[in-house]
Amino acid sequence: MQLIYFASVREQIGLSEEDYDLPFGVSTVEALLDTLRARGPQYASALVAGTKLKVAVNQEHARLDAPVTNQDEVAIFPPVTGG
Amino acid sequence: MASISVQAADFDLGKEVDLLKADTTSIGAVVTFTGTVRDVGGTLSSMTLEHYPGMTERELGRIASEAESRWALLGCRVIHRHGTLKPGDNIVLVITASAHRTDAFKAAEFLMDFLKSEAPFWKKERTADHDSWVEAKVADTAALRKWDQD
Repeated sequence: MQLIYFASVREQIGLSEEDYDLPFGVSTVEALLDTLRARGPQYASALVAGTKLKVAVNQEHARLDAPVTNQDEVAIFPPVTGG
Repeated sequence: MASISVQAADFDLGKEVDLLKADTTSIGAVVTFTGTVRDVGGTLSSMTLEHYPGMTERELGRIASEAESRWALLGCRVIHRHGTLKPGDNIVLVITASAHRTDAFKAAEFLMDFLKSEAPFWKKERTADHDSWVEAKVADTAALRKWDQD
């Protein structure tokens, strides 16, 4: 899958995007976030559980229980502040 | 059908209104909203807007379609800028047109309320001594609730 990070999440992880092989058995946004948090301290601090992270799957806003597959584009970002 | 642009360049409000009115004389009301870079304490040197290319256009299009399905619009134009802007610069333009004023007023407010909470843009402010991401406001999320019963 393609992971894309924006704003403070991008800065804390230190990457704007990366290819990622979704581990077997990981099938929801929430499980993906848990898996990513275990990848290292910068992921753990950028993706702290319980913070107001937002996720989009294939460029549509998605909830924590939304399904994800290895073919998806998943973006992770803080609440938006445009306008 | 709404017209959506996400661009670095500035926009010309008068020109955009003229373009919207050019095709028809059945418009009786045009409402415009312009959002600009605000410098409250006189310390802001610039503001940089990051966005999610692709999703941004898609979200703005979705919000505009929803507005068009709720109100009788004869025109709808949304322009949102990205990149680095100075205090006083234009950020966003929403224009709605209808036969009578109520539809255009309501649709413009609806568009801005949803744009602020759902369009993937992030603002970073720069002052002389530091950079900081603008925090989302609880009031912006609360503003969406008034559209539930409409």
